[in-house]
Amino acid sequence: MILTYKVQGGDFSNAGKCSSEVKKVLKQLNIEPKIIKKVVIALYEGEVNIVAHAYHGVITVEIDTKQIKITLKDEGPGIPDIEKAMEQGYSTASPIVRELGFGAGMGLPNMKKNTDYMHISSQVNEGTEVILINYF
Amino acid sequence: MGVKLSDITNAVNGTVYACKEYLDDELEYAFSSDLMSDVLTIDKEDVILITGLNNIQTIRTCELAEIKYIIYARNKMINNDIIKLANENKILVIQSPYSVFKVSGILYNLGVKPIY
Ligand SMILES: Nc1ncnc2c1ncn2[C@@H]1O[C@H](COP(=O)(O)OP(=O)(O)O)[C@@H](O)[C@H]1O
Ligand SMILES: [Mg+2]
Repeated sequence: MILTYKVQGGDFSNAGKCSSEVKKVLKQLNIEPKIIKKVVIALYEGEVNIVAHAYHGVITVEIDTKQIKITLKDEGPGIPDIEKAMEQGYSTASPIVRELGFGAGMGLPNMKKNTDYMHISSQVNEGTEVILINYF
Repeated sequence: MGVKLSDITNAVNGTVYACKEYLDDELEYAFSSDLMSDVLTIDKEDVILITGLNNIQTIRTCELAEIKYIIYARNKMINNDIIKLANENKILVIQSPYSVFKVSGILYNLGVKPIY
């Protein structure tokens, strides 16, 4: 099963809608609640990152019998130093993002913690692709 | 051995805005935070969130983190979008005139436990 969602940068009031839709699908598929929670939390942080840091993006969720693979691909400023971005507490988030309750530099570490595999590739001034995999 | 949500609501002088059918529930844990990324680290289900923020992301975060109860401190305005999303996701919404600090203290005295 493949699901795709579009995410608009700066659209803060809709941040999390994709994650909410995906959660409903995973519940219908009777996937273990513990795995659903991890996937959804990682996805939500990733979705917020597109809204907060990029111009627009596409989220693709691929579910088969062995795993859930999520690809978050955006056009945006990209991440110059991925290692640094992964550090707990590192953030370039705007005050608006902070007011929302995000922007403490915990997103990427939260995503790493809640997935079995995570890979970021990014080109400055082009965009970022994050791949997240959870195995059943 | 939890604390009843109706007792919590009374103790914080609270007004219920959504899902009052959960006032008979009992809970064990509370977490006070304005940082949604921090809320997303909680791995308990039986939790009430106490927050000073009042944007839609507070309810989104509860939905996605499986948190069923929330208290908005300092009479933060609760708009229709919040109420709608809370009803859709079955989240009990309480508004209190007290500060996050005072609400936290009251719940602590009632026997509600901290997460960390
Ligand atoms: N999709 C993205 N596009 C551009 N930069 C990003 C993206 N995702 C993350 N970043 C960068 O990595 C930093 C850390 O991300 P994260 O851990 O989620 O923290 P936060 O979003 O709270 O700042 C961000 O502040 C930003 O500089
Ligand atoms: Mg983030």
